[in-house]
Order: sequence, then structure tokens, then C-alpha cells
Amino acid sequence: MKNSLRIPYDGVVMAAPVTIPYRRYSIDSAQWWIGRALGALVAQAGIKPSDIDGLCVSSFTMGPDSGIGLTQHFGLCVRWLDSIPLGGASAIAALRRAARAVQAHDADIVACVAGDTNHVDSFRLTLENFSRFNQDAVYPYGAGGANSSFALIARNYMRTFGVTREDLGRIAVSQRANALRNPNALMKATLTIEQYLAARPISDPIHLFDCVMPCAGAEAFLVMRDETAASLGLAGARLLSTIERHNAFAEDPMQVRGGWAMDVGELYAMAGVKPDELDFVQTYDDYPVITMMQFEDLGFCGKGEGAAFVRQHDLTIDGDFPHNTSGGQLSVGQAGAAGAYLGLVEGLRQVLGTAGSTQVKDANLGLASGFGMINYDRGLASGAAIFAGPSR
Amino acid sequence: MIDPIQPPRRKNPLLRTRLPTSPPKPRSRTSHGFTRAAAEGRFMLQRCDACATFCYPAREACPSCLSSSLAFTDAPRRGTLLAETTARVPSDLYFRERAPWRVGLVKMDCGPLIVAHLHADCKEDAAVHMSFQLDKGGQAVAFARPDEETPNMADDRQWREMTADPKFRRVLVTNGRSVVGQETVAALRAAGAKTVFVGVAEPWRPFAGERQLSGQEGIEIVPLDAADEKSVTDLAADIGGKVDILVNTTEYVRAGGLLDRKGTSIARDEIDQAYLGFINLAQAFGPAMRMRGADGVNNCAAWVNILSVYALANWPAFGAYSASQAACLSLSHCLRAELRPGGVKVMNLFTGPTDTEWFQTVPPPKVAPRAVAQAIVAALRNGLEEIYVGDVAEEIRLRLAANPKALERELDR
Repeated sequence: MKNSLRIPYDGVVMAAPVTIPYRRYSIDSAQWWIGRALGALVAQAGIKPSDIDGLCVSSFTMGPDSGIGLTQHFGLCVRWLDSIPLGGASAIAALRRAARAVQAHDADIVACVAGDTNHVDSFRLTLENFSRFNQDAVYPYGAGGANSSFALIARNYMRTFGVTREDLGRIAVSQRANALRNPNALMKATLTIEQYLAARPISDPIHLFDCVMPCAGAEAFLVMRDETAASLGLAGARLLSTIERHNAFAEDPMQVRGGWAMDVGELYAMAGVKPDELDFVQTYDDYPVITMMQFEDLGFCGKGEGAAFVRQHDLTIDGDFPHNTSGGQLSVGQAGAAGAYLGLVEGLRQVLGTAGSTQVKDANLGLASGFGMINYDRGLASGAAIFAGPSR
Repeated sequence: MIDPIQPPRRKNPLLRTRLPTSPPKPRSRTSHGFTRAAAEGRFMLQRCDACATFCYPAREACPSCLSSSLAFTDAPRRGTLLAETTARVPSDLYFRERAPWRVGLVKMDCGPLIVAHLHADCKEDAAVHMSFQLDKGGQAVAFARPDEETPNMADDRQWREMTADPKFRRVLVTNGRSVVGQETVAALRAAGAKTVFVGVAEPWRPFAGERQLSGQEGIEIVPLDAADEKSVTDLAADIGGKVDILVNTTEYVRAGGLLDRKGTSIARDEIDQAYLGFINLAQAFGPAMRMRGADGVNNCAAWVNILSVYALANWPAFGAYSASQAACLSLSHCLRAELRPGGVKVMNLFTGPTDTEWFQTVPPPKVAPRAVAQAIVAALRNGLEEIYVGDVAEEIRLRLAANPKALERELDR
């Protein structure tokens, strides 16, 4: 069945990008982190909590709570509520749902928030209880978690397309350079390609610097109509287009592409832009190989050309292809579901001109993507959004 | 190619014994279809009754046509290894202790993709032979081996975690007076067991076949009367720390049911030997076996019961005996649960009447004691949990599954 024409996101804006600086471990709960993010949203937007009439939440570690529990916990009375358990695709999905809600006047101001805590055993518990297929047919096999699953995908991708560890290392090394300009990044030391190559193996061919560091943190932004933003005196980033896809290409024996490849034409057509017009790109970087796949699937190069692409481009903030300007999850840390928000929130700061030390010069048009839920042998959820600053 | 495992050195009594840990156990209920397959050594996948699609992992509806009619079906075992990885720092304690641990993704010829433990000789892009095995947690896991035999294949480190191979292990066979016991001793020795302890009650009393046991290398006759608590505890005090596999060959077969017997004396003997003997053995040897589940190359690996298939459905001609066997079967499930923390398998071998003196009046087919012994070794080598030996046992199994009432009526002859 062919997709029918989608209604544009006219008049939808995102505002008040919020990051609660990450910590490696936290004795606080996910609710504490989400509460802080909501508080920061209200403070930054200059609104009252009661002005929020829509809430969308993502978290792996908020225990028995879902969005509804949080309304009472935080004293919010909303008329639109969603909880999105899509892991790394949560931010794009939240944005899509919130955008349509404000466009249809089901809500006026939707707070999209993701936060997770990280106790010493949180990561192992998340691995054990990730999904039914994972519990039945992945975790009992070496219990390597996502590392082992992505190792299989990386191994196959590298063999199929002749990709070397050096190629993947370029992504990690560039992001570390970006992270050194981000005071909130957990990784504070430079990373050279030699260090990347010499790192200890975790699950071959995945080595230490291919992995994100689990941590605690929260990210958030507001979604509203442009007239609401104007009345509040808020600068908003305009939403131009989005895509979302789940369980794409089930017939591929192993994952060499994500759902983006199915919808990428629509992504650019709806936004009315071409890939080379983008001022920066924020991919979902749980592993460099997934980022490389996105360079291909999001139309920056052809399938199998990802390695050549990263060899030919400078991925740092001041380079010709600014990418994961905050340092990404690889260098900032992966705060659970907030990891999905990291790129989008940083991207909003970029087009709003508030990224500070990581600001890309004259950034006005950006793309952020999401990828999530390695339910069994592959990541199932993918999404992307293109957005622009107020001046474009 | 795998280097052969070396015979373990004598254990240093001053060193701490490493305690067993278990791989992750939680599974969905449907996934226990694989547990059943693994227990019997079958390779079964769910297949859609409507569109014949094979699928994996365990599902509740067909991913091709959404039919909910998915039956576990014997499936072709061949597949191709698409990609492998070696987990070096797993988050789970069991695997952390055994890292590096190799796994891979296998594309089955019949369709599904299966994450599997890998035999060291499996190579990417090459054909593999898939099985479901019971891991140390007692749960089913997929295991890929090379499609063809390779040198020292059974010595693979990961494979040996799934099996209870007698090689280099020390075994207690509880009753050496029976022909089945004697054949079992011989088969275990031939399979590479380091020492076979053979229990003989009242050893001063001569018995047929004694010459095959006494004075033979690697065979030690030990005094054991399973029905006698003191005899069992005394033996456990002596050798309990070095029994890696226990084969319970204790038997007490008498014809007759209820109405043609007078009193309970024969029934008492049956219960003393089979049921209480089982309890004595379990209480004396079980705790040490459970502690030694991760004790090196010759860790404690299995407990084997030889049960009459009439434990599953009463055969009135041997009605009281059948009941004693049913009691032992039930007890074996208790023992299985209690030994599980040690990763020690409890294997039940179901057999029809054996070709031995107490079944003299039963018409053929009867099971040769040697066939029972060979089945024990094969079950240990493959890490099985339920084994049916001979045509009678297999037939009873099928008839019980087809219609228990028909079986009950027809056994009444």
C-alpha cells in the first residue's frame, strides 16, 4: 500500500531545549531526574507548571510508573498524555505525537521529557528484562546484552562492505573532539585513533570506545504552536518533517539498513530540502556502526559507502559535516531513554543559536534521528526529524 | 580444531571449591516448547499449521499470516552461521566467569534466524548442525555445531557445559549385582569414565558377573545397599566428594498388583529398595553433588535414574512395581529442582521390560541390558533429560500422548 500524502507540520515549533547534566551513577530515582527536567522546562520557558497541558514521558527505570503516575507526582493536570517505550526512537516519536496534538489543538503546550537514573545494577536489570524475545532467545546466550547483539550486526556489516575499525573509529574520535567542548560530557579526555584501536575488546568486533557509557540524566523540550510561542516570547524551532518506521526490512537476514531507508525520500520531500543543505546532523549513536548505517540510510551516501563518506568528511563541529555536536552518547553518556533525546535537544539548541561552546556557525537547518529497541536480532524502531531555526 | 581436554589433576584439598552459578533462567511459557525438545534431544521449532512457516523465537501468532495455530514440530537442523561474536565482559555472573564466550546468529535452512551458542569449530558462512540443549540452569538453549564431525568435537568447552560426558568423570553405579548395572559399568568405562564405583550389597555374597567387575582397572567395588540408610551414608562419607555422575541402577522387580497379593510385605520391599533407596541416595550424595557443579573438568554433572516406562501408566500385571516406579518418577522431579542450583542434570531413562530374570514370563520385545547402558552413555554425552529406550517404551510414550484412557484400558490385559 502506498503512503497517502501527509499533512505538513505548519505552525508547529519546539522550544526550551533542556539537558540535566548527566552523572555516571545516581542514587536518585528516574522520577527525580524527570522532575528536575520538568522544573527546568518551566523555568526556561517562563511558564507555570499549570500551563503544561500535555505530557509525553520516556524512561526505562521509573519502576512501576508510567506517564499517568507522573501527573500526580508532579502536580500536572494535563488533557493529553503519552508514555513512549521506544528506547532510542522515543524522542522522534514523542515529537511526532506532540506535534499533531498541538496542531489539532488537543493540547497547547506539550512537555516531552525522558529521564533515567543509573544505580550500580540498573544496566544489568534493564538488559535482563528488555523484551520477551530478548529474555527467551538472546540474554541466555552469553548475556552480552546490546553489545553482543550489535557485535553480530557490526561484524556482518564490516564483512559485507569492507569496513575497517579505523573507519568506525573516525566517528568515535570526532565525537570525542566535540565532547571536549561540551562541559556536560562525561568523557573529558581526548581520544586518538590509536587509543580507539588499542581499546580492549568487549564483544568482537565491538571494543571499549564503540560502547556508550550508561549513566543518569534527563532531557526535555516543549512542543507548541507558533502563536503560543509568540505569546510567551519564546524562540521556537520549526518542525519541517518527520519519519518513523518499525520492524522494517524483516526479510533482510541481518540488519544492514534501518527503517530510515524505507522513508528517507518522504523525509526530505516533506521538508522541501536536500541532504546537502543541512547545517548539521545528529544521529543516534549507540554504536559507531549504527551511525555509519544512518549516513547511508539518511541519504548522505549510498549503501556500502559509509566508510568512504567518513574518510572524506570532517565530522567535528567546525568540520564540513558537523555531526553529533554535543559529543553524542558515545562521549556524553547514555542516560537510558534520554539518550534518544540527546541529539534532538542538542539540535534544537543549534538552530536556536543557544548551543554555546558546541555551536555550529550559522546553524539553521538540522536533522536528528533515533533508533531503538533491539528486540531480538536487530534494532526495530527508527525515526528522524528535520527542523529549522526561526530565521529560516 | 579443538585440543583434547586433559585428565584433571588430583584436587588440592586446601583450595576453595568454586561454587556453581546459573545462566539466566527466565523464559516465556511458550518458550518451554524448546525445553521439552531439548529434554528429549529433539530439534523442534514452531510451525504454522495454516501457512507452514517455521518461526523463532517462541511466538503466539504466525508472523506470516497471524494464525495462532503454531505447533512445535520436528524441524530440519541445518543452517548457516551468518556472524559470530565473542562476549568478553558479560554482565551475567555465570558467563562472566566463563568468558570469553562465543555466540552467533544462524540462518536456518527452514527459515528462522537463531542466536546460538557456538561450538569452537563453527565458521562463518559454513553449515552448522543445530540442537537445543539444556544449559546449567536447566533451560533450553540453541547450540550450533559444525555440520561434520571434527577432531575432539565433544571436548569443546562450551559444549561440555551443556552435557555430562563421562570422559574423565567418576561415576557411582549403585547396583552392580544386576546385569543392567554391570553393562552400565562397562559402557561408562568404554566412554572414558576415570573411575566407576560399583555398589554391591553384601559383597561377600558371590554373584553372577562378579568377575567382570572385581580387580578391573578403573572399577572399584564398594559396599552399598540403597535400602539401608547407614550403608548409604557410610559410602557417601567415603566417596561422596568424588562422585561426578550417579547412575541409580537400584532395581526391585516383582510381578503382581493388589488383589492377588496378600499383605504389604512385597510392596514394602519394593518401596524400601526403589523409593526409600532413592531417598537415601539423594540425601547422602545430593548435597555434595550440588556443591560441586562447577568444580573443573570433572565437575559434578548428572544423576541418572532408570525407570520402568510403566511409571507413566500402570501395568496391572506388574501393578505394585509400576506404582513404586511412579513414586520414583515424581521424586525425580523434586530432585531435579533441588539439584538445579548446582547445574546437575537429572536424567530419567524410561525402559520397557528388560531381558532379565524377573521379566522372564513377559513376551518379547524386551530391552537388552546393554541397550540400556548404551542409552545412558548417549544421554550423558548429549545432555538429555528424558530418554525412552526400546520399542515398548517408545510405544507407551506415543500411546500416552495420543489417548491416556485408551492406554489404561489396553494395559489391562
